[in-house]
Amino acid sequence: MEKTNKLSTFINGIVKENPLIVLSIGLCSSLAVTTNVFNGIGMGLAMTFVLIMSELIISLFRKQIPEDIRLPIFIIIIAAFTTIVQLLLNAYLPALSDALGVFLPLIVVNCIIMGRVESYASKNTPVDSILDAIGMGLGYTWVLFIISLVRELLGSGTFFGLRVIPEAYTIGFFSRAPGGFFVFGILTAATAAVSKKVTAKKGDAK
Amino acid sequence: MNQYVSIFLKSMLVDNVVLIQYLAICPFIGMTSDTGKATGMSIATTFVIILATAVTYPIYYGIMVPLKLEFLETLIFILVIAALVQLVEFYLKKSIPGLYSAMGVYLALITTNCAVLGTTLNCISKNYNYIQSLVYSLGTACGFLLAMVVMSGVRERMKSSTIPKFLQGKAILFITAGLLSLSFLGFSGLIK
Repeated sequence: MEKTNKLSTFINGIVKENPLIVLSIGLCSSLAVTTNVFNGIGMGLAMTFVLIMSELIISLFRKQIPEDIRLPIFIIIIAAFTTIVQLLLNAYLPALSDALGVFLPLIVVNCIIMGRVESYASKNTPVDSILDAIGMGLGYTWVLFIISLVRELLGSGTFFGLRVIPEAYTIGFFSRAPGGFFVFGILTAATAAVSKKVTAKKGDAK
Repeated sequence: MNQYVSIFLKSMLVDNVVLIQYLAICPFIGMTSDTGKATGMSIATTFVIILATAVTYPIYYGIMVPLKLEFLETLIFILVIAALVQLVEFYLKKSIPGLYSAMGVYLALITTNCAVLGTTLNCISKNYNYIQSLVYSLGTACGFLLAMVVMSGVRERMKSSTIPKFLQGKAILFITAGLLSLSFLGFSGLIK
C-alpha cells in the first residue's frame, strides 16, 4: 500500500495534475523558450532542479518556518536556487543561458514552484516532496519537449539542429510568437479529448 | 524626445509584453473573463510595474554595482518587489480605502506576475538610463493593459458564439491568443 502511494505521488505530476496542460499554470516560460528542442529540454531540466531543491529544503524545515511569514521565506529559498542555476548555466552552458535569456531568472515567479511548495512541500515529508517535485518536473519537461518538437520541426525544419525538412518548405509562423499559442491550444484540446475518452471508457466498464 | 516615443511604442506594440514576449500569460488567461476585472487588474499592475522599475533601478546602480553584487539581482529584485507590493497595499488600505477595495484583491497576485520582474530585469539588461527605463516600463504596462482589455472584449463576445466541441474550455483561449498575437506581429518593422 505504502509503495503504491509513493508511486501515485510520482505519477500525479506527470499525467493527472500535469502543471501545464491540466492546471494551466507556469505557462509563460513554456511558450517562450520552446522554439527548439534543446532550449525546451534545458528549460525543463533547470526548472526541475529548482523545484526539487526548493521542495526538499522547505519540507525539511516545514516545522520551523513560522506560518505568518512563510511566503517571503519560500520566495527567498526559490530565488536562491534560481540564482544557483543561473550561475551554473552561465558558466558551463553559455549558449543555453543566452537563449533562455530573461526566462531563466523568471523561474522564481513561476507559479508551479510556488504552488507545489505551498500546497505540497510545506505539509509533507522530504521523501514524498522529492517524488512530487520529480513528477511535476518531468510533467513540465515532457510537455515542453512536445511543444518544442512541433515548433522546431514545422518552424525551422530541424530536429535537434539536424535538417529534416528543406528550408523552402518550413512555416516560419511556428517559430514566432503566435505559433506557441496555437500549438499549445491544440495540445490542450487533444489532451482534453483523450482524457474524456479514457474516463468515458472507465465509466462503461463500471 | 524622439527616442522616448520610439521606446514607448516599441515596448507597447512591437514587443507587446503578453502577445509577443509571452510574459504574464497567467493573468492573461485567468483574469480576462470579465472586462471590469481585467481592467482593474491591469491598472494595478501598471502601477506596480512603473513603481518597481523606479525603485529597483537606483538599487541596482547605487548599491549592487559598487558592491559587486550583480549576480544577486534575481534574489534582490524579487524581494524588493514583494516588499513594495506589501507597502502599497498597507498604504492604500489606510489612506485610500476606496481604491483599495477596487484594487486590493489583485495586488497580492501581482508579486508573482512575471511581467513585473521581467520588466525590471529587462531594463538592466538593455542598458537603459533612468528615464528610458521609466518610459520602457510605462510602455510595457500599457501594452499589458491593451492586451488584457482586448482579450476580455473578445471573450465577452465569445460567450454568445458556438465553439467547436473539442476546443471548448481553455483550448479556444489559446487559439484566440494566437490570432491576437498574429495581428500584433503586424507591428514588427514599425520601429527599427
